[in-house]
Amino acid sequence: MARFVSLGLVAATVISAAAAPALKLVGPRWSAAQRETLRSLSLGSLGSLAADPSNRYADDTSAARLGQELFFDTRLSGNGKVSCATCHMPARDFQDGTPLAHGVGTTNRRTMPIAGTAHSPWMFWDGRADSQWAQALGPLESALEHGGDRTQYAHIIAAHYRDEYEAVFGRLPMLRGTPAHAGPVADSARAAAWRRMPASGQDDISRVYANIGKAIAAFERRIGYTPSRFDRYVEAELAGRAHTPTDAFSPEEEAGLRLFIGKANCSTCHNGALFTDNHFHNTGVPASTLVAAVDSGRAVGARQVVASEFSCTSRYSDAKPEDCDELRFAVTEGDELLRAYKTPSLRGVAERAPYMHAGQLATLADVVTHYDRATAAPFGHSELKPLHLSDAERRQIEAFLRTLSSPLAAPAGFLGPPNATGQ
Amino acid sequence: MSVIQNTPKMLSRSVVSRAIVAAAIVSLFTGCMLFARAPEDLDYSRTRRSEGGLYRATILPQGDSIPQGRLQRWTLHLETAGGTPVDSATVSVDGGMPQHGHGLPTKPRVTRALGNGDHLVEGMKFNMGGWWVVKFRVNATPGSDSLVFNVKL
Repeated sequence: MARFVSLGLVAATVISAAAAPALKLVGPRWSAAQRETLRSLSLGSLGSLAADPSNRYADDTSAARLGQELFFDTRLSGNGKVSCATCHMPARDFQDGTPLAHGVGTTNRRTMPIAGTAHSPWMFWDGRADSQWAQALGPLESALEHGGDRTQYAHIIAAHYRDEYEAVFGRLPMLRGTPAHAGPVADSARAAAWRRMPASGQDDISRVYANIGKAIAAFERRIGYTPSRFDRYVEAELAGRAHTPTDAFSPEEEAGLRLFIGKANCSTCHNGALFTDNHFHNTGVPASTLVAAVDSGRAVGARQVVASEFSCTSRYSDAKPEDCDELRFAVTEGDELLRAYKTPSLRGVAERAPYMHAGQLATLADVVTHYDRATAAPFGHSELKPLHLSDAERRQIEAFLRTLSSPLAAPAGFLGPPNATGQ
Repeated sequence: MSVIQNTPKMLSRSVVSRAIVAAAIVSLFTGCMLFARAPEDLDYSRTRRSEGGLYRATILPQGDSIPQGRLQRWTLHLETAGGTPVDSATVSVDGGMPQHGHGLPTKPRVTRALGNGDHLVEGMKFNMGGWWVVKFRVNATPGSDSLVFNVKL
């Protein structure tokens, strides 16, 4: 493995790379194992997006168009001012650039980007949802995010999206007599109204609610990444081509890449074409000074996803139980889950400060320093150990991370609100 | 005694290297990070004898190579030391990365016996490259015993 290359070899190679010109013919700079690691990290290795068996509408274009409209619709909130795009801003890689998300209130977590998440088996920092559609439903009825409720959303669909909805999902249920506001939410009056509804009425509304999530997921699913300069660099390296200005790395960037897949062990977890192992790790991230509540990460998220009303194995899922192996075989208990958070993708990472699950670290330099020092976790056990990087090496890793930025990819008109794109 | 079943070649190696391997396995279950690299003399064979010598087993992953980051199903072929297939057995699965001090990212299970000593193992997944250990605890008529396989991705 690349990370087991001796430190001496790494140091010698870094020095060699640092002395090399930026544009040059490919030499034996990367071993066969390193070249394989580079290939595995490049976007070309991502492969086609697998079907989502839990959402039979995932690849339905009409569902995606409806989902796009819903994604930007502020009526889907308690105060009429919050849409998915309030925090997932298309111009900012579908995140908001603040430590904690601000909807109708302030959450305890950092907004996550959306691109590429259709490839992931787990959503949220703690993986408490196992599909994009289940993820979309969490914020909608969170008192701190959209602050709305299920019957409200069903009425909005009936009033404003009936044709589009019924073209995809079939007839809406009769809503006469359905309370204007009811749902299994924190608000006691709306929760009580929900409890008074007959079970069949609750089920009808919950199915509309699940379909809202499935439409939003069909939209989000189409958002991915275009090749970055890193991808072009790897393509040229693997092809043995001379680098051009659009695919060249500076000596500092190249040294950073060598550290990333070697001495610094970054690619242990940040692996694959999306730079994530889609798993959960305690990396000793300090507690947020902005959040008073204790955050146990995956330890809570694992229990929530198993119990979720909208999981892959739920009645609102279109999957067969055997399609839900990630959930069936999920680790749901144990000390390793304590304060473990999902490995985020590093594509576009330089554009997404601040960092970590509650924006605890302001800059990329802070992040690299955190992983170098490997301080103890607030609780649970950090998987890290100190790297003993030099100042120059930390800067090199940061320089490499900046090569991972690229515009998002999506079908025409899908990277903004529908009105802005003429749809 | 090391929980890794040594091959005859490994048995001839120094006690020190065996102790290192044993300590690495201990670290797997105590959460300590002790090593920066895998021991060089690990046995990655897919057929192993059990720790106490009661069983012989072969792991049969799907395909020639074990993929990283994808759920997969394995077949575990289990037989007695004398070569008789074992169909009626309780088998549990455990494992992890000794160098990193963490377990498997999933909780795989033997979900059914396939006949002729074959057992279907579902939920196998390896989210990182490197050295993994997969341990099967077997309880059948011959007795309880453990099989430990080294896996390299």
